[in-house]
Amino acid sequence: MSAGLIFACTGVLLFTMGVAGVVLIDHLVRRILAFNLMGSGVFLVLVGLAQRTDHLDPVPQAMVLTGIVVALAATALALALARRLFALTGKCTLPEVDDD
Amino acid sequence: MKRMAVVLSAAIFSFAMIAAMLELPTPVVNLSDVVAAQMAASGVHHPVTAVLLNFRGYDTLLEIAVLLLALFGVLAVAISGTKETVAAPSPADAVVQTLARIAAPLMVLAAVYLLWIGAHRAGGAFQAGAVLAAGAVLLHLAGLLPGWGPPGIRLRVGLVGGFLVFLAVAGAMLAQGALLQYPPWQAGYLILLIEACLGMSLGLILAGLFLFLS
Repeated sequence: MSAGLIFACTGVLLFTMGVAGVVLIDHLVRRILAFNLMGSGVFLVLVGLAQRTDHLDPVPQAMVLTGIVVALAATALALALARRLFALTGKCTLPEVDDD
Repeated sequence: MKRMAVVLSAAIFSFAMIAAMLELPTPVVNLSDVVAAQMAASGVHHPVTAVLLNFRGYDTLLEIAVLLLALFGVLAVAISGTKETVAAPSPADAVVQTLARIAAPLMVLAAVYLLWIGAHRAGGAFQAGAVLAAGAVLLHLAGLLPGWGPPGIRLRVGLVGGFLVFLAVAGAMLAQGALLQYPPWQAGYLILLIEACLGMSLGLILAGLFLFLS
């Protein structure tokens, strides 16, 4: 088992933890954090799988670099929306919807 | 009940995923060899920069567009939002202010260095932009730089300049045959031009994501 595979497996665990967090957590800021954990897991999988052979593959690295910046922008937008929601309603959770 | 189901399915998913990755065959297409073979035509010496700005230039062009969109979203929320929360920057500790004053020019220097070195080793416009934005946020937190209100014309030009220059270069390359296909003898200069404009715009955009809200 190479170091790259260990990174990729850690990435899978982080991703599933993030997904579980997004589904289970109601507080919006913590949900955004869980969403970021999900993204970091995906980046680790991409970079880790690219390193499992001895070649250093620059294409996944460039993709992850792109992904990090996009994730940052999405996080900033999500935080801005969460702040706005807090200013309007005084709550950090989405309104309950009875769908079941 | 819901918690149990989610945790259980997450565990099953990660188990299956890890098992699949351990069985993964070696890739048929070796992209790193393809990149290495084309490095001479890319205009830079670092493979990641070559992929970002040349071979996969579309990704980077769309990425800066996504960043701009996110900034517009933040602006829409921030400017129409609660202006009364915008206060004068709180006076910080004198030691913090002095340290910020010393650090800020060094961060600008580091950003220019990162931008320049991107052609040869790890670095580039995104790292430079991140350092610039971090400098602006540091100055704001130290109470030396007020939060930004609605942007004026110069700030707007700075925010969208990187994207527009990138788009103009991409459009100009259409005359050569394909979008973003640089001729090898000009590729280095074009990439440096794009990276310089991108670095400045990225610094402003990333700083704006923080400063427009504060």
